[in-house]
Amino acid sequence: MSLSISDIKRIATLARIEVSDSEAEVTLHKLSGILGLIEEMQAVDTTGIVPMSHSQDVTQRLRPDLVTKTDQRALFQSIAPAVEDGLYLVPKVIE
Amino acid sequence: MPISRSRIGIRACRRVFKVEWEVVIGLETHTQLKTNSKIFSGASTTYGAAPNTQACEVSIALPGVLPVLNQEAVRCAIKFGLAVNAEIAPRSVFARKNYFYPDLPKGYQISQYELPVVGKGALTIQVGDTEKVIRITRAHLEEDAGKSVHGAVEGMSGIDLNRAGTPLLEIVTEPDMRSAAEAVAYAKKLHELVQWIGICDGNMQEGSFRCDVNVSVRPKGTDKLGTRREIKNLNSFKFMQQAIEYETRWQIETLEDGGTIQQATVLFNPDTGETRAMRSKEEANDYRYFPDPDLLPLVISEADKDAVRADMPELPQAMKARFEAEFGLSAYDATQLTSTKEIAEYFDRAMLELVSFEGASAYKIGKTVANLIINDIAARVNKAGLPNIRHSPVTAWHIVCIAKSLADGSINLKAVREQIIPLIWDENLTEADAVIKIIEAKGLRQVSDSGAIEAIIDGVLAANVAMVEEYRAGKEKAFNALVGQAMKASKGKANPAQVNEMLKKKLG
Repeated sequence: MSLSISDIKRIATLARIEVSDSEAEVTLHKLSGILGLIEEMQAVDTTGIVPMSHSQDVTQRLRPDLVTKTDQRALFQSIAPAVEDGLYLVPKVIE
Repeated sequence: MPISRSRIGIRACRRVFKVEWEVVIGLETHTQLKTNSKIFSGASTTYGAAPNTQACEVSIALPGVLPVLNQEAVRCAIKFGLAVNAEIAPRSVFARKNYFYPDLPKGYQISQYELPVVGKGALTIQVGDTEKVIRITRAHLEEDAGKSVHGAVEGMSGIDLNRAGTPLLEIVTEPDMRSAAEAVAYAKKLHELVQWIGICDGNMQEGSFRCDVNVSVRPKGTDKLGTRREIKNLNSFKFMQQAIEYETRWQIETLEDGGTIQQATVLFNPDTGETRAMRSKEEANDYRYFPDPDLLPLVISEADKDAVRADMPELPQAMKARFEAEFGLSAYDATQLTSTKEIAEYFDRAMLELVSFEGASAYKIGKTVANLIINDIAARVNKAGLPNIRHSPVTAWHIVCIAKSLADGSINLKAVREQIIPLIWDENLTEADAVIKIIEAKGLRQVSDSGAIEAIIDGVLAANVAMVEEYRAGKEKAFNALVGQAMKASKGKANPAQVNEMLKKKLG
C-alpha cells in the first residue's frame, strides 16, 4: 500500500496536526516505511491465531460501583483558560 | 385562483407514486446504565448536579489518568444480553473512537468496535395483532460525552463534563422494521425491557434513553437496501413516529422526482415536524478505531453469567406466557398486564393470594381480576399521572378482597366498579379492611336469596305488562330492560345472574 501527499494531509487534518509541505514529504517517507514493514509481516501465516488486543496476556480488572471522587471543580478550574458559572469556556461551537 | 401547496397542507396533497415503496428501518439506542459511578472512574452519575461538580480528573481527561472499568456496567450488559437471548462475548475489547469536539476532552470516546460485549439476539414486538421478531445485531459498552451549553457567554460555548464518562449500552438492531409503527413498537418494548431488568431508569427527558433511527426506502419487492439517512437523538416516541413518517415521505418524493439520496445525518425539528441534514462532516466520520491500550480485554466467564442470571427477574415475555397458560388470559390482556413490571407484579401478587385462599377456583376469576386491573386501576393510575401502579390507593390486597367477594357471590361487578373502587380511590382508603367496610357501610351485599329475588321479579313483571308483551312478541331488548328494572328495584343488590335465570324461567 502506498500513501500520497493528500493522504498525509487528510490524516493530519483528522488528527488536528499542522503539517507543512516539507514536513509532509518527510512524514510520507516515514509512514510509507512503517507500512512497508507491515506488508512484509503479512507474509507470515497467522491462520488460527487470535488477534492480540493488548501486549500483556492479562484481562481487565473490575472496580466496585462506588462513588469515590469528591468535587474538585475549583482546583481543576484554577488552571483552565476560561470558566463561567462552573462551565469550561471554549470558542463557540454550533452544530 | 390556484391553491398553493402550503395552503392545502401536506396530507391533502399526498401524491400518487409511480412505484410502491417500502421503508426499511434500523435503530441504535443509547441506554444510560443505572450505576452509581461512571464507567471508568469513581465520579458520581447523579443527574442535575451543578456544572462540572461531578467531573473528576478522568472525566476531564487530565494527562496521566487511567480508566478502570465499573463492574456494575458489565453486569448490566450481561443482564441485557441474557434478556434478549444474545451471545455474550467471553472476551470483548474496548476501542478508541477518535474525533474532536469540546465535550470530549480526551479526543476519543472509549467504546467497543470489533468485539462488543453482547452479540446477536432478538426482541419480539407486537404491532396490532401480529408478533414480529426484531433481530439485535449487537450491544456494546461505551462512555457518554459531556454537554455543550450555548448562549451563556457571547461568542463562547460552555462545557459541562458531568455527563462525560456516564456508562451507556448502545443497542443496535438489524434493518428489520418496515414502518414507523414497528419502529416505535420496538423502541417502546426495549424501553420497557431495560427498566424491567433494572439496567436503565428509562427517563427520556433526562436523556437516559435516546434513539438514532436509520431510514431508507426501496421499491417494494426488491432486496437491495436504499441509501440511508440517520435521524439523530430522538428522545420521545411521538417525535420518532413523526420524524420517520416525514423522512420516509421526503425520501420517496426525492426519488420519484428523479433525485438521489445522499447518506447523511439528519435532525428532527419538533416545531416544524421536519427532518433536516446536519452540516456535512463526511471527513470527520473517519473515526480511526483501534484497541484502547489503557484497557485490557474484558473476560466474562460462564460463572459470571450464572451469577447475573440468578439475579434476573422473570422476563415480560415469560410472564405473559405464564399468565395466558395459568389464568386463561387472552394475549391482549396478558400483554397489557406485562406492559410494566409494576403492573405485572401487582396482578401476580393478587393472584398468588387468591390461589392460597380459593385454591384452583381462583384461576377462573383471573380474567375478572385482569380486567379490573387494566380497565379500572391502571387506567386511573395513568389518568392521575402517578408514576406506577404501586402508588394506587387500591392495593393488590384490596383486589384480593374484591375478587373473593365476587367469587362467593356476595357482591356484584357493578358495585365494585361503580362504588367500591371509586370510593377507595377518591377517599384514599388504603387500610387493609377497606373493601369489607365499604360493602357493609354501603349495604352492597347482594341479594342471592331466591325468595327475595322472586318477589322483586314478580313485582317488576306486574308493573311492566307492556314490556312483557313486547318480549313475547320477539323483542329481545325488552328482556334487558326488565333485568334493568329488577336490578333497580333491588337497588343494584340483586345477584344479576340469578335475576337473569329466574326472569327467563318466568317468561317461559
